[in-house]
Amino acid sequence: MLHTLSLLVRNHPGVLSHVAGLFTRRGYNIESISVGVTENPELSRMTIAVGGDERVVQQIIKQCQKLVDVLSIKDLKYDESITRELAVFVVKTPTNQSRAEIIQIAGVFNARVADMSETSIMIEVTGNQRQIDSITRLLAQYGIEEMARTGIVALTFPSKRKPEDSSERE
Amino acid sequence: MKLTGAQILIESLKAEGVEAIFGIPGGAIMPVYDVLFDSGIAHILTRHEQGAIHAAEGYARTTGKVGVCMATSGPGATNLVTGLVDALMDSTPIVAITGQVPTHLIGTDGFQEADIYGISIPATKYNYLVRDVNKLAQIVAEAFYIARTGRPGPVLIDLPKDIQLAVTEYVKPKPVSLPCYDQYFQEINETQVDKAIQAIEEAERPVIYVGGGVIISGAHQELYEFAKRTHIPVTTTLMGLGSFPGTDELSLGMLGMHGTKYANYAMGEADLIIALGARFDDRVTGKVSEFARNAKIVHVDIDAAEINKIVYAHIPIRGDVKKVLQVFLKKLDKAKLKTYDKWHKQIQEWKTQYPLTYENSEDEVIPQYVVEQIYEATKGEAIITVGVGQHQMWAAQYYRFQAPRSWVSSSGLGTMGFGFPAAIGAQVAYPHRTVFTIDGDGSFQMTIQELATAVQYHLPIKIAILNNGYLGMVRQWQQLFFKGRYSHTFLGSPDFVKIAEGYGAVGMLITKKAEVRPAIEKALETDNTVVMDFRIPQEDNVFPMIPAGGTLKQMIG
Repeated sequence: MLHTLSLLVRNHPGVLSHVAGLFTRRGYNIESISVGVTENPELSRMTIAVGGDERVVQQIIKQCQKLVDVLSIKDLKYDESITRELAVFVVKTPTNQSRAEIIQIAGVFNARVADMSETSIMIEVTGNQRQIDSITRLLAQYGIEEMARTGIVALTFPSKRKPEDSSERE
Repeated sequence: MKLTGAQILIESLKAEGVEAIFGIPGGAIMPVYDVLFDSGIAHILTRHEQGAIHAAEGYARTTGKVGVCMATSGPGATNLVTGLVDALMDSTPIVAITGQVPTHLIGTDGFQEADIYGISIPATKYNYLVRDVNKLAQIVAEAFYIARTGRPGPVLIDLPKDIQLAVTEYVKPKPVSLPCYDQYFQEINETQVDKAIQAIEEAERPVIYVGGGVIISGAHQELYEFAKRTHIPVTTTLMGLGSFPGTDELSLGMLGMHGTKYANYAMGEADLIIALGARFDDRVTGKVSEFARNAKIVHVDIDAAEINKIVYAHIPIRGDVKKVLQVFLKKLDKAKLKTYDKWHKQIQEWKTQYPLTYENSEDEVIPQYVVEQIYEATKGEAIITVGVGQHQMWAAQYYRFQAPRSWVSSSGLGTMGFGFPAAIGAQVAYPHRTVFTIDGDGSFQMTIQELATAVQYHLPIKIAILNNGYLGMVRQWQQLFFKGRYSHTFLGSPDFVKIAEGYGAVGMLITKKAEVRPAIEKALETDNTVVMDFRIPQEDNVFPMIPAGGTLKQMIG
């Protein structure tokens, strides 16, 4: 089962290597990872999607907590957090009809047309992983020329935040 | 006060109380060595950087202080890597300092450039590449703090040459505070201790299983009192030897692959296992699903990631084992303690029926006999360092350690060649104690060049080579599990006496049983490095033995 781990880490060169290196060393497979600075420039947030049973994920969490640069790590629950990913596709549009259908599909997913040429169309979409997987499957029927996914970012809903989470606001 | 980076480094090392550094200079670390020259800090010039870091480990393991080693960039730095991983596996506090090419050359494949920062990420507890001389003093303070606190480990500081030469105002470091790191030093959960004491009250067949954590935290006295008051027998891991007197009636000796039969039987039959600073290594558990199946497990460890890693802990207790045992001792006053008479009777039967023993010979030099004679001649008070292999196991089985920090073995990583340089570190730390390396001929030859170091610094280390002319442990496995096909394990034997003499040490060849004790006595009286070449039977095996991943039922010997 896929887990979404949210880490607050010190923002300095090498911290990504330390976290990624831990996954290599312990034999855990990263499905996706995204890193960005937070409102506090000294901290970055890493969102890591990782597969494994409960015991494996607990071990990953404890091993990550040991890293000197990791301030906090949380296993985000699906119903307590927002999870978003950006995907960009270039899809073939050999006919006007296919172009129209693709724009229609994009509309259903709140996706945006970023560019168009005579023979292809570029779509950008944000959503949770399930939504991105769905639009990927639908667009694949027309022939995806290229695609890129960012990997997920996630945060706990403020209404679901527990008191012990407050420390990570510092 | 304006200082160069090199001067700041040395000032910072002095501020940490560093008395000895083990290392080898080279191009990218020369500014530091120039300051070191008249700094008052002792420096031991080893002949290979691996020797330097193992010596630092020996120093750290016998003193409890942080061991410091130094090397130049590129090959100097990469030669440290085995020692870094070794220290990580055995939780040994080390600060390794490496020179690096100047910052403007980093990433250009400069001469003697290696990305030791990247290489050492999985090999260290933490590591630094210093890019700003103004941060150097604080980084050194942090490095020592991280190396020695919590679960100790190695920290590497990579220091580019231009940073060593850069001049800045020297500001003393602030007290180290690392919020990300410090937050995990939490209070001991006393409710968990209460639960553990209740489990002790309810148990019929308890065992205390002790690892290296007890030695690291200095908890041997608390352990002794705890065992004596609760009447619970004690078995130790390879790392835990010396934490509990090996001659005590409650001692079961070592457990695991080459442990005593009675220790392993006791673990198999136990209904309560109290694990103190131990990590359920595969050499201890064998097949995990069959390990201690009937036991409730209390697991005390400072490292939360060790709990439930291999074996499920019914009662986990997070904390420094010394402090946790102090809480136990305080609470024992009100506990309804038992004497477990039936259990002790059973253990005594096992001890009588399956004693740790070997077949001695009239005239041959039997390895276990050599270890026993070293034990008697040194009254069990020597510091013993070992390499890795059969000799290591014989030493662990037959030298009955009385005190902590007197046994230095590469236990987690199993680094052949560890023993002799580790003895150099131990002898530097304790010039007046007897330091014995019990080594194999294979292990010794992996770091034999350090004889030059020992002789140069007048270190009277006694090296007892249990020489069977084989990579003995591999040969034993070939004999038992590969139909006796001795694929590339035969070494033959060089003339160790001549080698010793070539280096300026004393060499002795011992081929008869009657010569064993006199040779040891003579070595102990010699104020020089002594190499004793004990010619033991080529095909002696270490028993008892539980094959890797095996169970008690598969025990051999």
